[in-house]
Amino acid sequence: MKMNCREIRQLLEPFADGELDLVRHMQLEEHLAGCTTCAGQLTNLQSLRSTIAAPSLYHVAPSALRERMTQSPALLAPKTEPRSAVRSPRSTAMMVASLLVVAGASFSTGILASRSGASADDQLIANVVTDHVRSIQVDHLMDVASTDRHTVKPWFQGKLDFAPQVPDLSEQDFVLSGGRLDVLADHVVAALVYHRRLHVINVLVRPSSEPDSREERILLRQGFHLRNWVQAGMSYWAVSDLNDEELDEFVTQFRRAVGPEKS
Amino acid sequence: MDINERRRFEETTLPHLDAAYNLARWLTQDDHAAEDVVQDASCRAAKYFHSFRGGNARPWFLSIVRRVAFDWLEQRRSKQTVTFADELHDRSEDALNPEYLAIRQCNAELVRQALDELAAPLREAIVLRELEMLSYHEIATVTDVALGTVMSRLSRARQQLQRRLASTAGTE
Repeated sequence: MKMNCREIRQLLEPFADGELDLVRHMQLEEHLAGCTTCAGQLTNLQSLRSTIAAPSLYHVAPSALRERMTQSPALLAPKTEPRSAVRSPRSTAMMVASLLVVAGASFSTGILASRSGASADDQLIANVVTDHVRSIQVDHLMDVASTDRHTVKPWFQGKLDFAPQVPDLSEQDFVLSGGRLDVLADHVVAALVYHRRLHVINVLVRPSSEPDSREERILLRQGFHLRNWVQAGMSYWAVSDLNDEELDEFVTQFRRAVGPEKS
Repeated sequence: MDINERRRFEETTLPHLDAAYNLARWLTQDDHAAEDVVQDASCRAAKYFHSFRGGNARPWFLSIVRRVAFDWLEQRRSKQTVTFADELHDRSEDALNPEYLAIRQCNAELVRQALDELAAPLREAIVLRELEMLSYHEIATVTDVALGTVMSRLSRARQQLQRRLASTAGTE
């Protein structure tokens, strides 16, 4: 059954919003391909939509609020757990334990045990989060802004003593937006920037001597989700405010794209 | 709430803090009120966390945020006279005969103004759709209205926005 222009117009918005069922979606596509008037309407609608979806119109939560939300004693658990709890094997404190044990046990184990105060790994994790936050707030998201990995990858050459892989994940709807240099625990690292919708995903890359078999780490700090894994001699930190499922999806796609080969 | 549940609560809600604030800020149109609303909503969310059945936490958390925000608007409205309800009901023909005009290149400030001038329920729908990228179904869940209402609100919001953006730009 063919739809006329009037009927098409009624469905343009759900079409643009990706809410139509497949059959009607295809009917509209077919109609739009042959009808310049309706196609023009769609163009106008889309330009309105992209005007509204400007990142500058998004109100990001003030850091003071974020801090209050993680520190208010009335609202939240004590921020500093006693150190003795770190290595206690109580399985009841599962959530807490998983965070702290991971923090305490991994990375370069030898150095950690002897250090007093905050562990080097805790420090590292905090740095990863800070890098991410700073990259968003100070508008230093990218040194090289490009959606083309063939631009981003060579940009790192000569600036680093390693060549980071820069996978193209646009088909998976994670859009590469650029790269920059960052400093993590006194080492210069490559930071790759991806976007999904308005969410930024920072991927920090640096060489690592750890084996690929090391288990992926999943952390949550200050409301940001973190993933850390080792692949082909590189340690990767992915940080984002994306939800868990989508960040996992990102990591899966990223790892698949990087592959096992050492570059 | 014990420490484990607290952690779980944090892990569930904190990733959506920006979304919560963004919505609260667009609804209240006030920095401080938005912060208060989010904090208030967090307390409520913590209280009713046991009723959260898992799954996507964003719509669940946002539905609490917007309820607190509308309470705040309601309270303020009893002090001042804000007439967004009336505005909501006129031009209902917009949704029936949508026409999309070309809009001019306009700066963010103009768009912000145009959004701020929308009636709160329309502004809410368009913010959830275009800035939070929620689906119709999720918007319906958050705002507790029927899917058809979501669609007509979005449509009316877009009609009014483009009219404002076109005319504002035109009178420059």
